[in-house]
Amino acid sequence: MVTLNDYLMASGLLFAIGFAGVLLRRNVIIIFMALELMLNAANLSLIGFSRFNVQNGLPDYNAQVLVFFVITVAAAEVTVGLAIIVALFRARQTTHVEDISTLKF
Amino acid sequence: MNFSPWIVLFSPFAAVIITALVTQKLRKLSSYISVAAVAISFIFSLAIFFGPDGSEGFNWIDLGTFRIEIGYLINDLTKLMLLVVAGVGFLIHVYSIGYMGEDRGRARYFSGLSLFMFSMLGIVLANNFIMMFIFWELVGVSSYILIGHWFDRDAPPAAGNKAFLANRIGDFGFMLGILLIWSASGTVTFEQLAQRWPALGPSPGFMTGAALLVFCGAIGKSAQFPLHVWLPDAMEGPTPVSALIHAATMVAAGVFMLARTFFLFQSSPMALTLILWIGLITSLLAALMATQQDDIKRVLAYSTLSQLGLMVAAMGLSNPQAGIFHLFTHASFKALLFLGAGSVIHRLHHEQNIWRMGGLQKKMPITFWTFLVGTLALIACPPFAGFWSKDEILASAGANIPAFLAIAIVTFLTAFYMSRLFVVAFLGHPRSDHASHAHESPLVMTAPLVILSIAACIAGFPFIASAFIKLPELEGSPIGSMVISIIAFLAGATSGFYLYKGKDKDPIDVPLFEYRFYIDEFYNSLIKWTQDLLANVSGFVDRWIIDGGMVRGLSGITWGFGFALRFLQIGNLQAYAFLFGAGVVLLLYYILFGTK
Repeated sequence: MVTLNDYLMASGLLFAIGFAGVLLRRNVIIIFMALELMLNAANLSLIGFSRFNVQNGLPDYNAQVLVFFVITVAAAEVTVGLAIIVALFRARQTTHVEDISTLKF
Repeated sequence: MNFSPWIVLFSPFAAVIITALVTQKLRKLSSYISVAAVAISFIFSLAIFFGPDGSEGFNWIDLGTFRIEIGYLINDLTKLMLLVVAGVGFLIHVYSIGYMGEDRGRARYFSGLSLFMFSMLGIVLANNFIMMFIFWELVGVSSYILIGHWFDRDAPPAAGNKAFLANRIGDFGFMLGILLIWSASGTVTFEQLAQRWPALGPSPGFMTGAALLVFCGAIGKSAQFPLHVWLPDAMEGPTPVSALIHAATMVAAGVFMLARTFFLFQSSPMALTLILWIGLITSLLAALMATQQDDIKRVLAYSTLSQLGLMVAAMGLSNPQAGIFHLFTHASFKALLFLGAGSVIHRLHHEQNIWRMGGLQKKMPITFWTFLVGTLALIACPPFAGFWSKDEILASAGANIPAFLAIAIVTFLTAFYMSRLFVVAFLGHPRSDHASHAHESPLVMTAPLVILSIAACIAGFPFIASAFIKLPELEGSPIGSMVISIIAFLAGATSGFYLYKGKDKDPIDVPLFEYRFYIDEFYNSLIKWTQDLLANVSGFVDRWIIDGGMVRGLSGITWGFGFALRFLQIGNLQAYAFLFGAGVVLLLYYILFGTK
């Protein structure tokens, strides 16, 4: 039997992996992917809570709707983020974070 | 309703408005308007003199219990002062037409003179302290304007400033005194105060304090020690101004004020003693200083100081009538002396040093004889005016031996320095080119001299004086004081005459007197020291507390924080993310486990 705790554990694990990726990887694109991982970890916990918060025999669909919104907004955010990375690469010819440590070029 | 006091008061004011705003370019017309205004004032003053006493006022400011009136109070004192101020004022206006004839600032001069007449008549007529104080200040302003009339030179504006500042010191005390009196009695009107004050009796200390603060005003305006320093410097103004303001009227305002508010002092023997001795000290010091001055106007200025000291001393001897009597006679002969000096100065092309005059008897006979009359009146030669009034003060000193002696010494010194002045300036042989080519002044200047010399001859006779002033009956025989007075006068006059007769330079040299006891130097160094001290203290505060502590301290703190925080801004994205994550973890830890 899969319980809420299992989902939350999986979600926390995903979040930790994502955070570790953000902290440790050098390539901005990989960091970006790790960020998406953290986002989806949050989504997973939301879905978990929704599935196990049963009222009148039905799960709480509000959370699931919220997840769809998050996915939509995340898609939009990814386009903006990737555009910034492309612009950054054009300016600096690099996607490594340690090369991008100043505000002014 | 009685209109004459208002006409007396406002006719010079109308002249100020017209001459200052309309006819400033027309010099002759301005002077005639000004003279006409003071003539109107004089005629209505005569009408008031023969009219009834009275008092009238209307509300100017009415704030519940605090009421200020604009009004007049007419009694014997007012009548006499009106005659003195308007009469002497009229003569000096006429004289000024001649004296200031070629002056470029003639219109401005006459505006100032009219403003002075307006303010002085306001003081005389005022029926309450506040109105008196307003006109008191106006008198100060017009005096300042007139002393600094020749503003393109260095000395007159400086003298004007000095006069104004010295007066401000006294007026500050005067204002405090008025406020104290108002707070204690709830009224500033003289008539109501005279009724309420004796019955009020808060505490003797309070009453003495209030009275002495009011006396401060008189110290400033009547140039008593220690604020006397402004009067000799005020001689930088045109000579008719010196005669009108700094001899006959304005400086007498302090004495007049003391007489007007004498009920304040009556109940306080300590205040009276202090007033007596301030008057006597002023009188003695000024008489000593006068013996060594070489400038004809300065000798007269110190003599004015000395006589004012006597008037104040008369107040201190509880005989205000004697002080006012002396004020009255002094106004006539001192104005005469100043105008005579002005006539000499004018004819000698603004030469004021008596050692460069001499031999004027034949060349300027009217000036010579009228000046002689003025001198005799001032040095208390019987039967001229000064003898009677000075004797009245001497007699009221009576049993007070130190005061009696001091007044006798002043009488001796007055006779000494005035005969010195007269002998050196008028007799002997001419000691400069200008003096040998001098000739008499025009009629417009000599006529006032003649009129004033008649007044100086006869004003003192008891049967004439009694028409103007009611002198109190004094205890004891008047013969004793008269004998002393005549002995002092004879000793002074003969020693002065024989010591200086035919001399070309001063046979006596007392630097202490010549340099006026170094009081000016003392004040200057005092002001310099306090100023330096103040400058150093405020410099220290500015440099170390405001600049160092507040401005640089604040900027230093901000800079320090910025410097410290700069080490966090390393620019590494992942370090920021780590710090952010660590912060979230800490926050979570605190929320979940911290509150136990």
